[in-house]
Amino acid sequence: MHEIYKFVSGPLVWLAFIIFVGGSLYRLISMAILAKKKDGLVYEYFSLKYAFRSIYHWLIPFCSRNSQQHPWLTLVTFAFHVSLIFTPLFLLAHIILIKESWDISWWFLPEGMADFLTIVVIAGCVFLGIRRIVRPEVRYLTNTSDFIILALVGLPFITGFWSFHQWPGSTFMGILHIFSGEVLLVMIPFTRLSHMIFFPFTRGYIGSEFGAVRNVKDW
Amino acid sequence: MAESAEKMKTSKIIDKGIEEGAANLSSKKIEKVIHDVLQNETGARLKTYVETCIHCGLCSDACHFYLSHDKDPRYSPAGKVKQTIWKILKAKGKVDADFIKKACEIAFTECNLCRRCAMYCPFGIDVSYLISIVRRICFKLGVVPQYIADTAHSHASTLNQMWVKDDEWIDTLFWQEEEAADEIPNLRIPVEKQGADIFYSVIGPEPKFRSQLIYQAAVIMNTAGVNWTMPATPGWDNSDMCMYIGENEMMGRLKKAYFDTAMRLKVKRIVMGECGHAFRSIYDQGNRWLGWKMPPIPVIHAIEFYYELLKEGKIRVAKKYEKGVTFHDPCNIVRGRGLHEMARYVTKAFTREFIEMHPNREHNYCCCAGGGVINCGPPFKKKRVEGDRIKAEQLFAAKSRGAETIIAPCHNCHGGLEDIVHHYGLGMEIKFLGDIIYECMEKPESMGE
Ligand code: SF4
Ligand code: SF4
Repeated sequence: MHEIYKFVSGPLVWLAFIIFVGGSLYRLISMAILAKKKDGLVYEYFSLKYAFRSIYHWLIPFCSRNSQQHPWLTLVTFAFHVSLIFTPLFLLAHIILIKESWDISWWFLPEGMADFLTIVVIAGCVFLGIRRIVRPEVRYLTNTSDFIILALVGLPFITGFWSFHQWPGSTFMGILHIFSGEVLLVMIPFTRLSHMIFFPFTRGYIGSEFGAVRNVKDW
Repeated sequence: MAESAEKMKTSKIIDKGIEEGAANLSSKKIEKVIHDVLQNETGARLKTYVETCIHCGLCSDACHFYLSHDKDPRYSPAGKVKQTIWKILKAKGKVDADFIKKACEIAFTECNLCRRCAMYCPFGIDVSYLISIVRRICFKLGVVPQYIADTAHSHASTLNQMWVKDDEWIDTLFWQEEEAADEIPNLRIPVEKQGADIFYSVIGPEPKFRSQLIYQAAVIMNTAGVNWTMPATPGWDNSDMCMYIGENEMMGRLKKAYFDTAMRLKVKRIVMGECGHAFRSIYDQGNRWLGWKMPPIPVIHAIEFYYELLKEGKIRVAKKYEKGVTFHDPCNIVRGRGLHEMARYVTKAFTREFIEMHPNREHNYCCCAGGGVINCGPPFKKKRVEGDRIKAEQLFAAKSRGAETIIAPCHNCHGGLEDIVHHYGLGMEIKFLGDIIYECMEKPESMGE
């Protein structure tokens, strides 16, 4: 068990981060090159001002008409995404590991808060999964990969919560936690999770078209 | 249940253009054409849109087809993409003629390319662009609904939408000039006037069916003392069904003839009549195909022109239009140009009672005629009108608050709304903004009265 732990918490972490960062860069750069070759207009019409205007209105909850029309979904997805990104970055346990390795550290979440945010992520996964089943318009678009992606996101949080609270089998859960976190990172550039890296560009492009060319809002 | 409905959907409507086009297809040809289009004409946008779509369904509520079909997911924007482009990509172009028929019907008659969904997708995925790719594939396969294909043929042979012959065009202008001169002596429709400030351009159906619009425009121009002209040559028509069937090459030819005409006449700018799709063609798509980032000569839509005239005091309000009016925001000049506030300014100046429909401005529901859908003709009329029940509800709500007249500054919207008003028995009247201005503006001394 210890050997496995050392492996997943040592070399595999490095590998996961390298693939995550390298893969994301690869996706972005290859897309940028493809756009240059085939969709030159994206560069022509891209306007930073209107791109940011659009991104801003779509990141802040209840700015867009669509987010006002689905208040519950807006609340859940907002809380879900914020917790998802925020929790791992400001978790005490993670910061301790980093301090041990590199002697740097930063502000961390109080314990109860971290627990709460973790539950938000898990509950968010459940909510979004159920939504995929019960809402016909979503079910129609859903395939197995969508559920796998939700599971991939949920797993590191479930296992992390489990091992942190020292429930039975917490050593195993700890290993699974690290491992699933690594899998998640690796998968981001290569699955629909890449919506995270492409969001600013798709949003920014349509924001530019609507704002700079068509003189109209897009939210 | 859903399965059998899905089967029924394609077999119900028979369109000659689709049927006969599909009869000529082989699987090899389909695969090659799809491959060519995807390989040579698409790239990062298609790839990113397909891979970034998280299947959340949030675009659904944007689409009037979806809302009008009791939220049937097959009519949601992403649902239509799923049935067409996702399948094509997944099968790597190995699809059969029946699939192409179905994809053609979806792309041509179940999406108005109105871009409302791009405002509802959190990622700004432009479904109208994806559907346009499907149309392009269908066009290259020769599978296009017959009526709109015929219109595109007219463009190709005459450079106008309605098979208007060159002399018929000039005759129409002279005829309208004569008619209008009865009302306003000395009124002129200056043809081929080099160096005029403005080239006034209209769409093919105006000389064909709605020549009184040319009359009214002439009255407005003369009253306002505008230095304007209209060409006597092909290149006068700004409409463009080639854009909508995916015949991009012909769209380019049309726009080239159009801008060349404006340059030949050495005008300062182009003002176009109250049409939406033509505006999209000139301002957004045709110019891009020709490599102009923006139109080579400033182009403004009638709404913006009326707004200018009114602001500058060149036209004045003589009386207010009596009936309650509501305003329908056409996609191509509102989501396509942001003219909604100017339109309201002019409308309110000329009318006594203005009643907003809801939603409005950039969020207005589509008329369901645009995007070439009405041009697919009678076989699809019932489907089109039923696909926009939500519009009837929206109009009815405005009517119940006192709106008797709908102002729609777009030809397609007119056609679509007329059918909706008729089908759902709404009993409302539809007018162009120019109709109202003509009726209510101060005119020079009239001879007739
Ligand atoms: S009709 Fe309009 S809202 Fe519906 S899918 Fe087409 S572009 Fe989107
Ligand atoms: S809203 Fe956007 S991401 Fe969601 S299903 Fe529709 S197109 Fe896809």
